[in-house]
Amino acid sequence: MAVYLDNSATTQVAPEIQQTLMEVVANYYGNPSSLHRIGGEAEKLMARAREVAARFLGVKPDELFFTSGGTESNNLALKGAAFQYQSRGKHIITTQIEHAAVYQVCKALERDFGFDVTYLPVDHNGVVSVQDVEKALREDTILVSVMHVNNELGSVQPVEAIGRLLKKRPKVLFHVDHVQGVGKVPLDIKGSGIDLLSISGHKIHAPKGTGLLYVREGIRLYPLLHGGGQEEGLRSGTENVPGIVALAKAIRLAKENEAQHIGHLLKLKQILLEGLADIPGVYINTPLDKRITAPHIVNLSCPGIKPEVLVHALEEKEIYVSTTSACSSRKDQVSRTLEAIGLEGPRLHSPLRVSLSIYNTVEDIQYFLQTLRDILPHYQKIMRV
Amino acid sequence: MSQELNHELNYDHVLIRYGELALKGKNRKLFENQLQENIRSQLKDLNVKLRKTHGRLYLDLQGESFETVHERLKHIFGISSYSPALKTSLELKAIQETALKAIRSHSPFPKTFKVSTKRANKHFPHTSQEMNHKVGAHVLIHTDNLKVDVHKPEVELMVEIREDAAYIMSQKFKGAGGLPVGTSGKVMLMLSGGIDSPVAGYLCLKRGLRFEGVHFHSFPFTSERAKQKVIDLSKQLSHYAGPVTLHIVPFTEIQTEIKKHVPDEYSITIMRRMMMRITEALAKKHKALGIATGESVGQVASQTLESMHTINEVTNYPVLRPLVTMDKVEIIDIAQRIGTYDISILPYEDCCTVFQPKNPKTKPDRLAASRLEERLDVEELVKQAVENTETLRVTYEEQEKETIDHLF
Repeated sequence: MAVYLDNSATTQVAPEIQQTLMEVVANYYGNPSSLHRIGGEAEKLMARAREVAARFLGVKPDELFFTSGGTESNNLALKGAAFQYQSRGKHIITTQIEHAAVYQVCKALERDFGFDVTYLPVDHNGVVSVQDVEKALREDTILVSVMHVNNELGSVQPVEAIGRLLKKRPKVLFHVDHVQGVGKVPLDIKGSGIDLLSISGHKIHAPKGTGLLYVREGIRLYPLLHGGGQEEGLRSGTENVPGIVALAKAIRLAKENEAQHIGHLLKLKQILLEGLADIPGVYINTPLDKRITAPHIVNLSCPGIKPEVLVHALEEKEIYVSTTSACSSRKDQVSRTLEAIGLEGPRLHSPLRVSLSIYNTVEDIQYFLQTLRDILPHYQKIMRV
Repeated sequence: MSQELNHELNYDHVLIRYGELALKGKNRKLFENQLQENIRSQLKDLNVKLRKTHGRLYLDLQGESFETVHERLKHIFGISSYSPALKTSLELKAIQETALKAIRSHSPFPKTFKVSTKRANKHFPHTSQEMNHKVGAHVLIHTDNLKVDVHKPEVELMVEIREDAAYIMSQKFKGAGGLPVGTSGKVMLMLSGGIDSPVAGYLCLKRGLRFEGVHFHSFPFTSERAKQKVIDLSKQLSHYAGPVTLHIVPFTEIQTEIKKHVPDEYSITIMRRMMMRITEALAKKHKALGIATGESVGQVASQTLESMHTINEVTNYPVLRPLVTMDKVEIIDIAQRIGTYDISILPYEDCCTVFQPKNPKTKPDRLAASRLEERLDVEELVKQAVENTETLRVTYEEQEKETIDHLF
């Protein structure tokens, strides 16, 4: 019986979404652009998917553009806005703890296209300050990009407040990477002055390769993919119909049961935190203040023990966690996010991330805690911690 | 009239005014009943209560949010204005406190205000004048930088004293105006799928007319998607009209016949005359007394005065053309406001280009048209089309029970 605790890396596809996928793959093979009935049926499915997703996100259907996932949505938002509006200015504001799909895009815009990027620091809780955003604003600022929930720590950024601040600056676009927030931390997209927002399917129990970008009405972006003019010309390429339907269903399931899911995750997280507090040599990196953290991520350190060793030791017991973010866990480098909150020394070099989903149970958490209690002393002894 | 909503207060009632109906006697009763019925049907999924007293309607929200109701009320024709209200007991103190709460909820805080009291309850110990003073004074004492301005106040505090309770209001929202849908009879609306005809339908509703849509479908020259578009437009219009009856008329044979026997330049004229005849026949069948179209003078070849003159020859039913004097820009403006524009501009053929003549006659005449029609079996074609018309009922409320629903 596998205990999967790496849900910020990816999630299992929900059974009812698997059902949908199979059926759409089998019965709706048409190209939505085709004129005939088979194409028409596929197009109808897509239109319905757009409606469903829009309804549950509280936006308009024609403000949603389907992409291949979070990375593409972030690239399209940042490059699309940068290239479209560079005549207005070339200054972008973001944070030091963004996901690589935002951070590396900013680096590339700086390096290869002459943009000027300000990377705002965060406090020891991993939260950026609204005042810092305000101070960083310049005449030539065209875009601010701040993630909603940090994928490593689970810290929640004050995006509503930043949105309110930016309402006074209509020329500055506001992008939010909402990938880790959907269904876990409620966000009023329309009410927060957000112009662009990224969502990924595989973090909410839809398959990989699905996602969307919300683009507020009236905003133009320069496309990354030119071609057949699908998605209003913003994202050419034959649409992934099964993935799009699955994504819409995943959004519905996440939003319809949001309160209940959050309740369940908070309960598990509480048990996890209380259990970890009693294990010697374990330090919690995730902030404990409930108002600024997501209910599904706990980041901890076991100083002196290589985190990869613990990942594999737990794997032997059929427990699956990650070191930091899945994306950087294969590179031998320290986490930007943990550096940004001021961690150093052994604690910086030994992080583990436990991330939950609605499919986890109280027993999963208890088994994980028991296993950690069992194996940790053994490795601490070997490493002379 | 307020534009912005105050989110601070938990309103428990809404007062709905329709005074501008300016009606008398038996008619008034009819209008009031129809308006009540229309409001009820638009709010039927909500747990609210509607009552009528003193030429007003009172909506008891019973815990529903004013925002939800607000979104729907603003589209209902026959309402001149409405105000969210707070109900209080008939004690002076309670009325004063609630009035103060209401004015404090305004953001930005107003500079000027006035109190206007209506006293339906003549047993109430204070006159309207006295109440204006007592409530006004209480507000002035407990706020800073607020003045009374009886001519142009930023906020008008409305106090209504009734038999059982008092109602306090401080905002007035403009209603959709017009007359309640259903009080003026029924027309057949020719719905092409373009920008204009849905707007024409909307304006008919505004004057209290019901409509049934008529759409001419020439499969395979026009696709299923064109038909779906008209269904979607009807669905959007059902927000204002209630459930819409839509007649889909098979038109392929008639178009083919016209193509075969009529010179190109007259094909549009004859086609429109056939449509008129069929629509009139449907009107007779479904007890409508008129035909409505989205025509506007000079917009396209078939909408010149000569063209209308020629086309109109075939019916003596009144043909209503609500857009007749509007510019395209004005029409688009309304279409965007009522949410039909984005559906209308989807690029599907409605009047198939296969039959689009190169040089349609902009000045056709009746005599020529009649002569050319002698080549067709007009009566039989109309009869066939009416007999094979498919009738649907469309509403935004129920998600169509389609085979795809379970996938989401």
